[in-house]
Amino acid sequence: MRTIRVQEADFDAGVEQAALAADPEALGAVGAVASFVGYVRGVPAGEAGKVGGGGMAVSPENIAAMTLEHYPGMTEAALTEIVTEAEARWPLLGVTVIHRVGRLSPGAQIVLVAVASAHRGAAFAACEFIMDFLKTRAPFWKREETPQGARWVDAREADDAAAARWAQPGHDAG
Amino acid sequence: MRVTVLYFASLREALDCAREEVTPSEDVRTLAELRSWLAGRAPRWAPLATLPNMKMALNQAMARPDALLVDGAEVAFFPPVTGG
Repeated sequence: MRTIRVQEADFDAGVEQAALAADPEALGAVGAVASFVGYVRGVPAGEAGKVGGGGMAVSPENIAAMTLEHYPGMTEAALTEIVTEAEARWPLLGVTVIHRVGRLSPGAQIVLVAVASAHRGAAFAACEFIMDFLKTRAPFWKREETPQGARWVDAREADDAAAARWAQPGHDAG
Repeated sequence: MRVTVLYFASLREALDCAREEVTPSEDVRTLAELRSWLAGRAPRWAPLATLPNMKMALNQAMARPDALLVDGAEVAFFPPVTGG
């Protein structure tokens, strides 16, 4: 079972996970579903680490909303290629990738990656692999709205490094 | 040769253009050469030359600057992606 969707509407991660676990094509072989949900932060990426101690930072830099733009056609092709690569690396029984586009408020869900396998190792690894490549290969762009105006989010070198480590021999032992 | 060119995100805003159809000069053979040709048409296209770490796609797949153009191709230029 493979589900890849790019949509404005919200999603229910619980419903999607249950669908993977109960997939009749997997013939009851699913023993693990690992999932990741990404959310819109209320503070810019560089400020997020400063929030803590149980209190939300009060800052003029707080984000009012985020707009996600994408490249229709290529987006779906890129996600399909990433999922196909994950399926070649690990024994997967199902993959669901849902990415939202359009204008989203802080706290809103942006992306879901859920992976089903017989055991947790492959599910955890493939879920992380798909997210790492989605962040560096899938054509989405974030634009933040703050009280100071709107700005396009800069790509992070840490994301390139996260994707690059999967090329290292032995890392994909799952 | 006729190609469709798409621009996204900050580059689209800087150029005030999302899509155009162009017929580049005969000596344009690669994506890098197309980029230079597009950027050199007039000052308003200069951001195409100056955007750092430009990414490009050929027929909806990530491509290298030395990728060869084909007639009727869809080419896209954009900044590094930031989804997820």
